[in-house]
Amino acid sequence: MATSTTNLDSPPVRKTDRDPRRVGLRQKLGRWDVKLSPYLYISPFFILFAVVGLFPLAYTAYVSMHQWHLIGGEGKFVGLDNFTFVLQQANFWRALRNTFSIFLLSSVPQIIIAILLAAVLDANLRARSFWRMGVLLPYVVAPVAVSLIFSKLFGDQSGMINALLNKIGLDSIRWHADVLSSHLAIATMVNFRWIGYNTLIFLAAMQAVPRDLYEAAILDGAARLRQFTSITVPMLRPTIIFVVVTSTIGGLQIFDEPRMYDQFGQGGSDRQWLTVTMYLYELGWGSQKSFGRAAAVAWILFLIIVAVGIINFSITRRISTDSAPKSGRKAKR
Amino acid sequence: MRKTTRKMWAAAAGVTGIALLATACSSGGSTTPAASAKSTTAASTEKITLKVATFNEFGYDDPAGSLYDAYTKLHPNVTIEPVKAATSNEARDNMNTKLAAGSGLADIEAIEVDWLPELLQYPDKFVDLTSDDTKGRWLKWKTDQATSPDGKLIGYGTDVGPEGIAYRADLFKAAGLPTDRAEVAKLFGGKDATWDKYFEVGKQFTAKGTGVPFFDSAGATYQGMINQVKAAYEDPSSHKIIATDNADVKKIYGQVLKAAVDDKLSANLGQWSPDWTASFQKNGFATMLAPGWMLGVIEGNAKGVTGWDIADVFPGGGGNWGGSFLTVPVQGAHPEEAKALAAWLTAPEQQIKAFTYKGTFPSQVAALKSPDLLGVTKPFFNNAPTGQLLANRANAVTVAPYKGPNYFAVNDAMQQALARVDVDKTDTADASWAKFTDAVKALG
Repeated sequence: MATSTTNLDSPPVRKTDRDPRRVGLRQKLGRWDVKLSPYLYISPFFILFAVVGLFPLAYTAYVSMHQWHLIGGEGKFVGLDNFTFVLQQANFWRALRNTFSIFLLSSVPQIIIAILLAAVLDANLRARSFWRMGVLLPYVVAPVAVSLIFSKLFGDQSGMINALLNKIGLDSIRWHADVLSSHLAIATMVNFRWIGYNTLIFLAAMQAVPRDLYEAAILDGAARLRQFTSITVPMLRPTIIFVVVTSTIGGLQIFDEPRMYDQFGQGGSDRQWLTVTMYLYELGWGSQKSFGRAAAVAWILFLIIVAVGIINFSITRRISTDSAPKSGRKAKR
Repeated sequence: MRKTTRKMWAAAAGVTGIALLATACSSGGSTTPAASAKSTTAASTEKITLKVATFNEFGYDDPAGSLYDAYTKLHPNVTIEPVKAATSNEARDNMNTKLAAGSGLADIEAIEVDWLPELLQYPDKFVDLTSDDTKGRWLKWKTDQATSPDGKLIGYGTDVGPEGIAYRADLFKAAGLPTDRAEVAKLFGGKDATWDKYFEVGKQFTAKGTGVPFFDSAGATYQGMINQVKAAYEDPSSHKIIATDNADVKKIYGQVLKAAVDDKLSANLGQWSPDWTASFQKNGFATMLAPGWMLGVIEGNAKGVTGWDIADVFPGGGGNWGGSFLTVPVQGAHPEEAKALAAWLTAPEQQIKAFTYKGTFPSQVAALKSPDLLGVTKPFFNNAPTGQLLANRANAVTVAPYKGPNYFAVNDAMQQALARVDVDKTDTADASWAKFTDAVKALG
């Protein structure tokens, strides 16, 4: 900036023909530097995003408008036929039902348990790091390994859980035949893996809560529970929004656990636990080998996730503005 | 919130960057082999690694004398890296995905006859394995299965699956039935054995009240029955799907479900499920249809259980279930060396060794007559002469069923239809058939 202003101020009379040009170039470069550089500095991300984010998205849309065979490749343009085909399939709607059911059965208890666990870990425990690392251990286990172990536990005839149920005089649960039981079993695997992860995120947020708030609350005579509901939870709201949004994205894309839940990975003989991503895989890589239809499902799923994400976001934000009016007003100003 | 999203973006950018690098590496890796392929064919002493991908049990990795090690001894420059998928479905998914991606397949990929027709539509993706050395090595119908319309051979035959009936002699004894394998064969009707007779014996068995089901699974039994139908799901000339209109299919479907569910002969197990595997350890069922390759599976699952035997009989004439091939995908780095290894592995001598280890019955003409094969006995199956027995079963096979490009998909839908009634009990036979019809329609 400084150089460009001095150049402007210097009298042009004594300069030769070449000089103003050189100054002009420098000027131009300087102006570009000021104007373009910031964009240049952030461009690597956007270039990457365009290559691995936007382009696949657009290309998937392109594929979804064509007949497209997995091995055979591009076929003729069919417009929205793939979308109408998919929307007419009973299995698609079943997959959607299963996905939402598993998502709700996993995400809701997962977040509640994670907050409670984090509150416990936030207290003064002996061997604090040990407990904190302990909750993260299941997260380190590969999801496929988790599924293999759990699918043995949840065996219909020879599973350990049914054996225990029989021991205490209860009937076996048909984990692979009933819709809701299979969803519960899969949600258990998901929760096993993700509770610890979310707990640590909540724990980190809890430790950022100013301790003097708690001291003040104690002086006012607030009990533990009251401190938790009136200080901890309100202060955690941004983190809760973050966790809700990420678990929405993850939950609606669930694939590993249901796919590994039985020996065939097709969501059960009556598609009891077929999820949308598994349906996508089945269309693209299964018997039909139709990339076009799979791409259509991918786009429908994308739109659903965006919609659910927005709904979740607005709900969680409204809760926070409703019960914490002060911070809301402050943000507006 | 804003901070966290920004961090998320940053993390996302980082992750995508790494992913980009990774893909760049892998795509780079796939281009070089094609270039180097020609150069390596001449130099046979160059050190190379060949990946061999199989599924279930091919019998190549006997700890007492691995065929891979034997080959490495003959060719010290070759290192073999075996990859093993648990099921044929898994191997098929892997094959399709990597075939589409254009890279990532092993140098030798095993495929099963049920999904071979899908791959035969793309013969260009596989090395033509025709050669003078291997001409006439296999049963003719075996080679025909893997030959494309324009005469390219995409796979070397490994095994075929002639079926007998495996049974638990101790459970038969408890139910007052004969136990000797010749008498059991007679019990099922010997040469004139029919499916009705098989299910009839089943009713006799369960009527004795031992509480043990007669056979393992409706789906597995169906598999034995449908493999005797000449053209079950597709019209051989027009390739059109006829599965839902074929009276034979509907009849077998009804017959097997009546026996399994109404007459309660089935153990209601999905074949290959953890429950099925576990049931071998606790008197889960008394008989099962057993192709040669199943003997190894039974022996593995029923470790420590005594009483298994196998009878030289099969209802409805002979039956063949499955059978596999070794292919060499063109995307591999060393097609010539891979072809040589595949030819060596599928030679009669090696396949006999695989048979003695895992019971995969050879498809090679010379092997079928070899005394090495005919003399094979299985201690686990009460010293049954499995070599001679399965050779008899192979000779009893009269029908080579037509399997077109949609065979695997239709059969898969059928297996699920059977499981809905037999295993999960979510549908009646009729309701499940309606769902099967819908599933088949969606294929078109």
